[in-house]
Formats: sequence, structure tokens, C-alpha cells
Amino acid sequence: MSSTKFISIEGIAKRYPAANGGATTIFEDLWLSMPSGEFGCIIGHSGCGKTTVLNILAGLDEPSEGTVIVDGQAISGTSLDRAVIFQSHALLPWLTVMGNIAYAVSSKWRKWDKAKVRGHAQTYIDKVGLTGSEHKRPSELSGGMKQRVGIARALSITPKIMLMDEPFSALDALTRGTLQDEVRRVTLETGQTTFMITHDVDEAMYLADKIFLMTNGPGAVLAEIVENPLPRDRSRIDLHKHPHYYALRNHIIDFLVTRSKTFTATTPNHDPRRVPVVRPQFTEAPTMPSLTSALR
Amino acid sequence: MIQSLRFRAAVVSIAIFLAFIGVWHLATRSTASVGTMSPEYAKLMGLTATSGKSAMPGPLDVGAKLWEHLRRPFYDNGPNDKGLGIQLGYSIGRVGLGYFIAVLVAIPLGFLIGMSPLMNKALDPFIQVLKPISPLAWMPLALYTIKDSSLSAIFVIFICSVWPMLLNTAFGVAAVRKEWINVARTLEVGTFRRAFTVILPAAAPTILTGMRISIGIAWLVIVAAEMLVGGTGIGYFVWNEWNNLSITNVIIAILMIGVVGMLLDQTLARFTRMVTFPE
Repeated sequence: MSSTKFISIEGIAKRYPAANGGATTIFEDLWLSMPSGEFGCIIGHSGCGKTTVLNILAGLDEPSEGTVIVDGQAISGTSLDRAVIFQSHALLPWLTVMGNIAYAVSSKWRKWDKAKVRGHAQTYIDKVGLTGSEHKRPSELSGGMKQRVGIARALSITPKIMLMDEPFSALDALTRGTLQDEVRRVTLETGQTTFMITHDVDEAMYLADKIFLMTNGPGAVLAEIVENPLPRDRSRIDLHKHPHYYALRNHIIDFLVTRSKTFTATTPNHDPRRVPVVRPQFTEAPTMPSLTSALR
Repeated sequence: MIQSLRFRAAVVSIAIFLAFIGVWHLATRSTASVGTMSPEYAKLMGLTATSGKSAMPGPLDVGAKLWEHLRRPFYDNGPNDKGLGIQLGYSIGRVGLGYFIAVLVAIPLGFLIGMSPLMNKALDPFIQVLKPISPLAWMPLALYTIKDSSLSAIFVIFICSVWPMLLNTAFGVAAVRKEWINVARTLEVGTFRRAFTVILPAAAPTILTGMRISIGIAWLVIVAAEMLVGGTGIGYFVWNEWNNLSITNVIIAILMIGVVGMLLDQTLARFTRMVTFPE
């Protein structure tokens, strides 16, 4: 099995029964693959089925058609190999921080004794910077700290893939920024394969290696795969100073504002198995005359 | 100076209590002799006729009798003369046993109904019909089949306390947040472990609320049930003292039923607080 197809989504569809006896197709014939160690990000408007794609990857939902192959094996149901970070953090409120993470650890390694479980959990509590808050309950934590626990819980079971469903959308901008830094650091350090859903363009540009653009649903399709041209050692602070920054950002924004609506109509012979890969870059040619004239 | 709310409430409570006792005392005290009558006739008529004393005992009579009962709660002078403690003990024992059996049945069954939409739909008509039946309506059937009055009372307690627990357990289990279930699913936690580590703690506050409602109903029903089956228990005591025309003892029994009921309710309330988690 080649490592370029560590995750391979093969022709999945999701349909719901409609009121008139037919079926509403959220998306169909969706093909998508990602190599090991990469950070992939689906971006699209609400209702394009991106959360459904993630839930299918997690095994929490089943596709109406098609299969998902992870590490050479078709998935069936949920697995400890695929950890999920939920949008609403989903911590068990009757357990402490330590209890929540230890619950995950002892679910993966059932034969470990208590001391070993706690020791392992502690490593991940330290990793996300929650040292000292082990015995607090979720209700005593801020939104950002709760999501840190969620991240630690997902990392603690050393999954093959980490799946994130808009993990930072409920947080304020400052907390979101710090948590993005943490996620970037941890995923780079561990070479964690990660798949994320978002509708925040800046978040996708900072975190993702590949950005998957989805058109509006129902009948959503994967329109384009955008390769991130920004350097791997990018930092959130001076990201916008990079020459490729606006090329990338404008490309994604253009898609979300106009092309996501018109794509299906204007591209009749779109092949869902050969989705075009683009790499928006700054070129010396005056692609944006209005901008250059404005600067003079 | 503004005193704390608690203190002011206590003052008002005591004032209401004293006012009640005062009115009670005034309403039942002896007035002057009612009229002249032959001494023998007066003897026959008793204090009610001779000095205008009400047949209803005053607070001092009840207080004196209560003190007597509290000093010797566990005496046993044969079938119709037992201490108040023994009678309450019988009632609490019956309630405890019937209620315990109800817990054993209602909570697992509630889990089944809450976790399985099929069983929920299949059992719903039975529950809807059985739930509104007055527990005492079961009594003849229980006496006929069980052929033991004491066990029949326990059965009646079982049947009246099972419904609130069953419905609350089923509701609590079915209403567990989907994301918590999903956490357990992504961690490959099996059904059995999931029921104990996620669903039980998540539904515990709702289940305990159902148990609290049940213990209240069970304590209401035991008095009526014991009046029917007789022999022992606080309900039988009330009825027996009514037949003895001892209103004083009836009032004391009513007071005791209230106090024990409150204690039972508070115990369950404490358990409920123990399992409630802040979100």
C-alpha cells in the first residue's frame, strides 16, 4: 500500500429519505485521498455535508454508498485508530480532567494497571499545558481549557488519524489562536495524520497542508484540492507577510463567495475521481492590476 | 439591621407555629360548667358535657401523650398495644422491601426501554394502562393470589413505586447526550461498559429523581394499605386508635407519618445531590 493513500475515501455518498418518497442527496461520488503525516482540511459552507464526511471517517455515520479505506483496510464502525475531537469538546462532566483522559487510555490499553494509565494520561495533560488542573472537573474549566482536554484525550490513545470537527469554532479569537498554535506544534512534533473540518479560512491556511474545497449542498462535490504554498515552518504571527499569502487566501475566498455556488453549473464535465489540484502562488505578472495601481 | 433571610424565615416559622398552638389551645380548652345536671348524668356524659371541654384534644394533651410515646417507643403489650416505634418500624420495613424490589425491576427495565427504541414502543401500551391504576385496586387480587396480607401490602408498595422509577430511568437513559455516547463509541467501549461508565452516571440524576418521587408515593400508599390489611404498621395504628376513639393518638400518628415521610424524602434528595454533576 502506497503511503500517498493512507486515507482513501472511495466514491462515498450520503442520502436521506425525502418527504416525497425519493431521497435527498447531500453529496455523492466523493473521492479523496491523503498520505500519512499530512494535515488535511475540508472547507465549505454549512450544509455541504462536511461534518457527515468526518463522521463517516470516524465511523459514527455510515455512507449510503462507497467505502473508506484507512491504512489499507476498509473501515467498519468506530475505531481507537481514529480519534475524534468534537466541536462541543464532549467531556464527561462527572469525571475530572485526569478521569476523562484516563477513561480513553484505559479503553485502549485494557490490561494496564491504574498507575500506568495515570502516568500515560499525565504525559498528555502536560503536553497540552494543563499541568496542575488534573483534578478539576470540566465545569471548572474555561472553553479553551476544555478543548485542550479534548485534544489531550484524542492524542493520548496515539491514533493513526486525528479527526477534528470545527474544534475551535466555539472559542474566542485569542484562545482559538493559541490552541491553533498548540495543534500545529503537536501535530508537527508527532507527525500526526490529521483531518479537520472548518469554515475559517485563516485556520485552514495556517494548519493545513491540503485544503479540500467543497461546493454547496445538496449535491455537494469536492471541487478542488488546494496545496498550501506557505512554508512548513510558518508561524501564525507573520503568516500574512508571506508573498503567497494573498494568492492563497483570495483563491479560497473567491471559491467560498462565488464559485461554491456556481461550480456545478459552470463545470459540467467535472470528474470527481480526478479533482484538479491547484497551488495558488504569487506571480510577478500583474494578476491583480487593481491592487498594484492602488499601491502606487 | 437586616438579619439573614434564614434567620428571618425561622422567626416567622416559629411565630406561625406558636399562633397555631395558641388557637388550637383556645379552641379546645374547657369553658365554665355548661349547666346543671344530675351528678350521675354528668358522670355519664364526661368532661365534654360538664365543663364544656371539646372532644378534640388540646395541644397540651397531645404533647403529654407524645412525650409518653417517645419515652417508650418500643413496648409490646400484645397485638393491639405496641409502641409507636414498632408500628413505624413495620411500615418502614414494608416500604423498604417493596421499594427495593421495585428498584431491582424498574432500573434494569428502564435501561432496556431507554436504550432500545423497539422495547420502548413495544412496552409503552402496557405501561400507559398499568400506570394510572390506583395501587390499592390491586389489593384484592394480591390477597387472593398471595394469600398473605403482609406480603400483599409489600406488593402494593412495589406496584406503586415502580412506575415513576421506570419512566424516569427510561427517560434519563434515552436523553443521554449523543456526544457522550459518541465518545464511548469512538473509544470502542462495549455496550455493557458503556452502560455503566457513560449512561449510568449521565442518567443518575434523573433516575434518582424518579426514586425520590417513588419513595414519596410509597409512603403515602403504605398508610392506606395497612388500614386495609390490618395487624401492624402505622396505618393500622391510625385506624385502631380511631376505633378506640383516641383522637390524641391519631394526631400523634399523623405527625409521625409526616416526620418519617420528610426524612425519607430528604435522604433521597441527598443521594440525588451526590450524583448530580455541574455542566
